[in-house]
Amino acid sequence: MTTYLLKNVSVLGGEPQDLVLKDGVVSTGSTTEGVEVIDATGLIALPGLVDLHTHLREPGREDAETVETGTHAAALGGFTAVHAMANTEPVADTAGVVEQVWRLGREAGYCDVFPVGAVTVGLAGERIAELGAMADSAARVRVFSDDGRCVSDPLLMRRALEYVKAFDGVIAQHAQEPRLTEGAQMNEGELSGRLGLAGWPAVAEEAIIARDCLLAAHVGSRLHVCHVSTAGSVEIVRQAKARGWNVTAEVTPHHLLLTDELAATYDPIYKVNPPLRSAADVEAVRAGLADGTIDIVATDHAPHPHEDKDCEWAAAAFGMLGLETALSVVQQTMVDTGLLDWAGVAERMSYAPARIGRLSDHGRALEDGAPANLVLFDPSVSRVIDSSETASLSRNTPYAGRELPGRVVATFLRGKATVLDGKLA
Amino acid sequence: MKRHLLSAADLTREDAELVLQTADEMRSLADRPIKKLPALRGRTVVNLFFEDSTRTRISFEAAAKRLSADVINFSAKGSSLSKGESLKDTALTLEAMGADAVVIRHGASGAPHRLAHSGWVRSSVVNAGDGTHEHPTQALLDAFTMWRHLGPRNGGTLDGQRIAIVGDVLHSRVARSNALLLQTLGAEVTLVSPPTLFPVGVETWGVETSYDLDAVIPKADAVMMLRVQRERMNGGFFPTAREYSRRYGLDGRRMATLQDHTIVMHPGPMVRGMEITADVADSQRSVIVEQVTNGVAVRMAVLYLLLGGSEPAGSLAEPVETPGDHS
Ligand SMILES: [Zn+2]
Repeated sequence: MTTYLLKNVSVLGGEPQDLVLKDGVVSTGSTTEGVEVIDATGLIALPGLVDLHTHLREPGREDAETVETGTHAAALGGFTAVHAMANTEPVADTAGVVEQVWRLGREAGYCDVFPVGAVTVGLAGERIAELGAMADSAARVRVFSDDGRCVSDPLLMRRALEYVKAFDGVIAQHAQEPRLTEGAQMNEGELSGRLGLAGWPAVAEEAIIARDCLLAAHVGSRLHVCHVSTAGSVEIVRQAKARGWNVTAEVTPHHLLLTDELAATYDPIYKVNPPLRSAADVEAVRAGLADGTIDIVATDHAPHPHEDKDCEWAAAAFGMLGLETALSVVQQTMVDTGLLDWAGVAERMSYAPARIGRLSDHGRALEDGAPANLVLFDPSVSRVIDSSETASLSRNTPYAGRELPGRVVATFLRGKATVLDGKLA
Repeated sequence: MKRHLLSAADLTREDAELVLQTADEMRSLADRPIKKLPALRGRTVVNLFFEDSTRTRISFEAAAKRLSADVINFSAKGSSLSKGESLKDTALTLEAMGADAVVIRHGASGAPHRLAHSGWVRSSVVNAGDGTHEHPTQALLDAFTMWRHLGPRNGGTLDGQRIAIVGDVLHSRVARSNALLLQTLGAEVTLVSPPTLFPVGVETWGVETSYDLDAVIPKADAVMMLRVQRERMNGGFFPTAREYSRRYGLDGRRMATLQDHTIVMHPGPMVRGMEITADVADSQRSVIVEQVTNGVAVRMAVLYLLLGGSEPAGSLAEPVETPGDHS
């Protein structure tokens, strides 16, 4: 196994130092013998990024993404661990399916894959799936979600929150009141009225988040709120945390950067669930991420084949790619704006998501003896996003043609380079 | 004018007035023995109807034929369009056929916009109604009808004329296009609807809104009744058809409160007894049948201006001498 010496690397944006990656762990001393030297002058080292919300599409939709291609995209984005959402075909609602996804990730070797288990059988929202069997499986599932669907039945949600306490699990809720969002196509507001697209009102998200916070507090369980997108949601989570309730929340890169104005193009590359919101909402989720109300950034990387986006808005699928651009979007929206420093980015894109997912070998500070999971990032360059250059099987990036700051130079998983010189190693 | 007509907002006041004047010329053609002009000879107009609307399709078809265009009708019923074949594939087929204009009706809001801006076709795109978004040629024919009736007593314009548009604004593409176009033409629009059938954000449309029909119509110069589908009851937008009619329907009692010159309009198809009673629809004030006639003239004007010329219609060639060409 190659030993790497990272010369003059800026850990979390700090003073330049040397780091050695040897036998899968980090050491802060220097060595010169039999090592491959990487001049990391000007590069920032962050702990390997951890995504709590990734759609890898396998099994079932291997035309959109596979575990292999999705983990390639993850590595290129600086991730060393991703949580694969359960809405596959078949649904990841049994130990067998989650173990299959977990093994595929291990075989691909580019990024650790931690399957998310479905909360309910077939995501149908009727019966709780065998959460314990998934927790006890080789995949050691700790995060459960019906993502794409909301566990809207309050009693079912209560039971799920209670049940996962037995194995320190967490329910990650896709907060969307189904009746308030029937046929919904975009953020409900002035623009949806003008465009004649059915609205997805903020209250449909906020009402579920408020209810779930109350339920989690009532039964003393862990709740994680997926892809918070509205100012009202941020406020509800802020209040829940102020009361000491065990609630965590995520925001996607696209909700940090893009607004619903883009729907006026009727180009469904901008169609996503929850929808892009107003500029005021974008301000609020940035502020929430900065002050810790929102704990983490999670990509909601959602690959779709070309034909599912090359059509009229209503016929198109919801979702956008995110793994390869996440860190750049966070730099642009949070770092370059002065809202977060790189230590704050490490907290929100590595430490905290690893804690929520109960991962022991990810999200660790780059100190002596820590697993050598890290990313080298060059914040001084910028690039124009080209959708044809993605490692994902799908091309549905909303950033095509946009200039984004920063570039992942290298990613290491347990000391092995998965990305070098910005390319898959 | 722009190359496409996707939204009533695409029209400046000059554009809109040019359409009205051109339509006026076209309408006079209807009184001639030979109702056909050679203006678009050799051009191909495709009517691409993903949604059933015989009246709108026939209106566009008649308009194109009276301008001597070749007309191809693609209709969703009984073809590959209803299921399966995508808008894009259909568009590529039309492109291969050399369509000069595509008139599209689609159930999805924004479908004409996609067709025009996705690089799938080079032809002009005319929105003939998309989802709950817009129906700009309906707004033009409505404005044309109002202009003919109200213009002569108002200096030849619609400036300051009060137009009440009543009914299901939320789901109405007609209301959206009319609200935009009538403001462009200087009219004062009041939308009247139960609160459940107003779109979020309507207060930013630059129009007045009211829940009270009786308070609005005595001041109106034109009252346009929108179609209300009974299915909306199931969505809980209003409790019963009877209650809707009582509060928002135009009946003889309400008609009696109108000013003498006020006209009553409806884009059709009407649900008689729901939003409008038969005696109102058939009254002297009703211009509903004339709206249909004007529809052909306005669509002729739109196709002519998009495809042919920027010249006023006064310079149009004489009618062609080959009657009865049914292609
Ligand atoms: Zn989701």
